Amino acid sequence: MADIGAGSKSRKVLVPLAAVALGFVLGSLVILITGRSPLLMFNAIIQGVTGFNIMSGSFNPRHIGELVVQAMPIILTGLCVGFAFRTGLFNIGAEGQLMMGALAATAVALTVRAPAAIHVPLILLAGMVAGGLWGAIPGFLKARFNVHEVVVTIMLNYTALHVNNYTILNVFGSVDRVKTADFPASALLKSPFLAGITNGSRLNWGFIPVALAVLAFWFILEKTSFGYSLRAVGFNKDAAKYAGMKVERNMVLSMIIAGAFAGLAGAVITTGTFSFGRALPAAEGYGFDGIAVALVGMNHAPGILLAGLLFGVLKSAGPLMQSAGIPREIGGIIQASIVMFVAMKLGIERLLILLRGRRAKAAVEGAVAEEAGV
Amino acid sequence: MNFGIVLEMFPIALMFAAPIMIAALGGLFSERSGVVNIALEGIMMVGAFAGATVTVLLEPALPGWAPWIGLLAGLAAGVLFSLLHAFASINLKADQVISGTALNILAGGLTVYLCQIIFRQQRTRAFSSGLRKITVPLLEDIPLVGRMFFEEIYPTFYVAIALVVLTWFVVFKTPFGLRLRACGEHPQAAASMGINVYRVRYAGVLISGALAGLAGGTMVLTQDIQYTLSTIHGTGFIAMASLVFGKWSPWGVMGAGFFFGFAQILSYYTKDIGFLAALPQEMFYILPYILTIVALVIFAGKTVGPKAAGEIYDQGKR
Repeated sequence: MADIGAGSKSRKVLVPLAAVALGFVLGSLVILITGRSPLLMFNAIIQGVTGFNIMSGSFNPRHIGELVVQAMPIILTGLCVGFAFRTGLFNIGAEGQLMMGALAATAVALTVRAPAAIHVPLILLAGMVAGGLWGAIPGFLKARFNVHEVVVTIMLNYTALHVNNYTILNVFGSVDRVKTADFPASALLKSPFLAGITNGSRLNWGFIPVALAVLAFWFILEKTSFGYSLRAVGFNKDAAKYAGMKVERNMVLSMIIAGAFAGLAGAVITTGTFSFGRALPAAEGYGFDGIAVALVGMNHAPGILLAGLLFGVLKSAGPLMQSAGIPREIGGIIQASIVMFVAMKLGIERLLILLRGRRAKAAVEGAVAEEAGV
Repeated sequence: MNFGIVLEMFPIALMFAAPIMIAALGGLFSERSGVVNIALEGIMMVGAFAGATVTVLLEPALPGWAPWIGLLAGLAAGVLFSLLHAFASINLKADQVISGTALNILAGGLTVYLCQIIFRQQRTRAFSSGLRKITVPLLEDIPLVGRMFFEEIYPTFYVAIALVVLTWFVVFKTPFGLRLRACGEHPQAAASMGINVYRVRYAGVLISGALAGLAGGTMVLTQDIQYTLSTIHGTGFIAMASLVFGKWSPWGVMGAGFFFGFAQILSYYTKDIGFLAALPQEMFYILPYILTIVALVIFAGKTVGPKAAGEIYDQGKR
């Protein structure tokens, strides 16, 4: 029995890895078919990860900084989607929860006057609370009326977009109809030191709350009885209810915590990457990125961290690919294919079994041949 | 409020309503067969891209015909693209929401990538003319109704209405429609009666791809001058909402399509309508989404949607 368990666990890790590999193969094929060289893409990716450009031999640490900047928000939206997944909920609303977090962060950044040591934590907290409350809506509707969370969260994404734009433009005021006034220095996560060691990248202190969030995700789900009861709801709602767990309450709480992760992402983007509140023409895709990150990371903290960095590279290497003549949208294509391959896990499992079967068969034949030889 | 404004709103509202209705009918076919299709948005993007590209490329050779061929190209592209969703969710038993999400992400990347390859920019080239508005002779002379529905209207609106009738007929009056609905309600029972659930669900998803692709082409060729990443801007999700709002019936979808069409353009006219002028524009943008949530809550607990939609079909399960 133990053997079967171990086998399925290793296969669980193999599926996302195979999906990532297949995604890159498909991406390379798309590049080849459209008459470019995939090698240029891989060079751009290596440059994005290490800062080294193999083809020209130059080194620029700015690329590493930008990789972290791109990875931070999608690790957080990945935690958001993953947390809800573990309770059996599909949260497509990370995008909207992120926007509400960004809006609350903007409000606190512009209206509160405090030293940085108080101002910054207050901003991050405001983002988490706003994201959590926005996430509570689909959680409540699911728990109370059994309304499917997928449709509700999609609708709330668009609602959040317009609420954000209205508030930014009409409450906080904007001369150019795009952004608010600049935040005071006490509100910012920006750091001249971090920018300095990465040759002027946008790297900022945001990575600290992101790291804490990854730890919190792991601790809540794996180390507390509350997390256990959340996971129980995700495994089997009816059994959890029969065991005396408060299924409805857990759904709402799970969505609140999930929303808080996305809200934190909004706060980190607003005060780290930018220094002003923004009105958006359309959603920026952090929510969809989060779904990809959570799926590839198998809804576990270490996996989400790694998957966030992986998709962060695809984003940060985009401009490098573009300058090498490969449209940067290839990153999106690869990401979508990886999600598709993860969804096709039955197909991938069959493929893996087929490969393993062939290898096992070869081994058996080898052994038989050896015996015959002796 | 004067009635003239309402009359003035009609042609524009119908222009917005047509793609919503067509895409929602697509969703109807898919969900009635038991496959949730949240990829309507992505399929519309692919259809719009194909429609705009074909129109731009054929325009010099076939002026006048190009947009119609573009529409067909959008339809074909939608079928091809939805094939991915069908294969993943029917053959490989993928989670239908995840597979749909993958398609939505893929559509944005793929279309802009191809724009860069074909046109060397983030969007297609602008076409010199999309579909042309028509005025129906004789019918336009009917008082009131003539001005509302038959003067300076895009022909795609009539296509949408024809598709509503056709969908009603196919889904509720033909053997295929009965099989489709059976697969969406109880696939195991349908299979026990000798229906090939896989084939019926494939048909449902591919028809939804065709209609969503057509809707995308309609949208770009009536409301835009070229395809960009924001051409569809959530209309596929509004179509999904229309399906819920219209209780998965073609007539309901038509009503919801009218409703959302008017809701979308209301914001342009608030300044002229006294009691609405004081409200922020954004409120009218939000309206369709909030109403969808309200509708979901109202319908909650009542079994209005196909029972097995979203459920993976497993032959072994009884």
